[in-house]
Amino acid sequence: MDESRGAGAFLERPVAVGALAVLAVLAAASIAGPFFLPPSYAEPGPLSFAPPSAAHPFGTDINGRDILYRVLSGGRVSLFVGFCGAAVSLVIGTAYGLVAGYAGGRIDALMMRVVDVLYSVPRLVFILVCINAFDARLREFASGMGWDWLVSSSRLAVLVVALGVIEWLTLARIVRGQTLALKNRQFVAAAAALGQSHVRILLRHILPNLAGVIMIYLTLTVPAVIIDESFLSFLGLGVQAPQASWGSLLADGASALNPVKIRWWLVVFPAVTMGFALLALNFLGDALRDALDPRDRR
Amino acid sequence: MTGLLLRRVAALVGVLFCVVTITFFLIRVSPGGPFDAERKIPPAIEKQLLAKYKLDGPLWQQYTSYLADLARGDLRLSTKYRNRSVAEILAQTLPVTMTLGACAFTLAVVFGTVLGVTASQGGAKDFLAMLAALVAVSLPSFLIGPVLILVFGIWLGWLPVGGWGTLPALVLPAVTLAAPYVAYIARILRGSMIETLGQDFIRTARAKGVRERTVLYRHALRVAILPVVSFLGPLAAHLLTGSIVVETLFHIPGAGGFFVNSILNRDGFLLGGVVIVYCAMLVIFNMLVDMAYGLLDRRIRLDG
Repeated sequence: MDESRGAGAFLERPVAVGALAVLAVLAAASIAGPFFLPPSYAEPGPLSFAPPSAAHPFGTDINGRDILYRVLSGGRVSLFVGFCGAAVSLVIGTAYGLVAGYAGGRIDALMMRVVDVLYSVPRLVFILVCINAFDARLREFASGMGWDWLVSSSRLAVLVVALGVIEWLTLARIVRGQTLALKNRQFVAAAAALGQSHVRILLRHILPNLAGVIMIYLTLTVPAVIIDESFLSFLGLGVQAPQASWGSLLADGASALNPVKIRWWLVVFPAVTMGFALLALNFLGDALRDALDPRDRR
Repeated sequence: MTGLLLRRVAALVGVLFCVVTITFFLIRVSPGGPFDAERKIPPAIEKQLLAKYKLDGPLWQQYTSYLADLARGDLRLSTKYRNRSVAEILAQTLPVTMTLGACAFTLAVVFGTVLGVTASQGGAKDFLAMLAALVAVSLPSFLIGPVLILVFGIWLGWLPVGGWGTLPALVLPAVTLAAPYVAYIARILRGSMIETLGQDFIRTARAKGVRERTVLYRHALRVAILPVVSFLGPLAAHLLTGSIVVETLFHIPGAGGFFVNSILNRDGFLLGGVVIVYCAMLVIFNMLVDMAYGLLDRRIRLDG
């Protein structure tokens, strides 16, 4: 079984390589694409609800803005929030799981009970409230300090932190379980016998052994955060117009749907793009898990 | 059992207390009051309004008096929908949300179970079922929803795309809400079925000549369903959050729309009411799931 593990096994899977390729193309197009399109595409134009054509391959929206441009720049926002939010959740989840697993006993029981409770509370509901409360505060604070860059993107900053704060539970559970198993191993006892501090044991001996598992769940957290962000944007509580994300584009498309004038391009293009991104991320995470995590193999 | 129940109720009260406190202060932290309008209200009238909605006095006093009102079962008045009480709004909208949620819940559990058991049999069916599941689990409801509306509601014209009250109108929203969780349950169940089918008691049952169908659904499923049961609590939470989107998307007059608007309108008491009810429903549901779990698996002792 050994030869089928690790990076080699991962790259042998056509699904994984395909997913990686799709992601790379989408990310590159989102980052670079808007530079190659005429800047006027971002601005409202005279062509309202134009169907796809040579000039506007994805059509235009109600304000005459190019959908292709908006899908790509929306992808920028969605992917950015996804990766940064996942990074925040990585830090929280790993730290929490490490401490709970390493401390053990009552502290562990209490900390995991908190996770259980949070699992069953509608977290996104709270985040909705938090975002509204903290966004305005942060903007006030930023304009007080004269940080113009933060004023314009305060909403994004709040989103990244808030979504990271709600998506750490699964990772915390996994890390805690692994830590529990690792802390009884001999190399940990040896480090303790050498008089190393708890912090040092955690960071130098236990954490490196968790890298693989953490990587897997990081890949699975990114799509989760993208979905959360789009959920908020869909409700009009995420990114603020004129900035777009895939969620807000879908919301625009859905609200323009009616049986009299079928403007399918408003829904289909954002949906397909976002669908591809999410599928690629999930396939990637699954393939990574199969390749790196021997426990889940069947 | 009584002691356990008492402890659970105490925990419920504790959770609700935290929820109320956090919500109350969060809405106060956000700038802007419930009576901010384009036209400035004269100070005298604003003072009267604040007094009517019990929003005057120091913050901690407002907080304690709100807690006292809640303890008496009074959810207060909505500051946006003037002269309507929060309890009244909830009484009108919650049945709608719960009907939708119950339909989606049933869909998710039934189809997820069938799909999961089918997939555990291996072969081409397994591959197709798991491929479909991975696709469905990756796509959120606000992505599936507009596409379903476009295809089944508008292009094919088979189903109504909005509204409430008829059975056909319920189909698209319920499917939209349930689809990712059908897939999720199928994936959990497939893994756990494969594990269970490898155990000795299954071999015994087969050796006795029990029909394969009975082996699968009577013997194996009883054990394999446990991970699904423990997912039911989080499932209810997901459905409740998801229904906010689905209600917006399909113009369903449920509590979700009021929830979103209450945040935008700084309607603190309506928001508080919705959040309390949501959390209470979930905590109670989790309690029931835990008990069901104990009944299904005798190895687990709840009072331990």
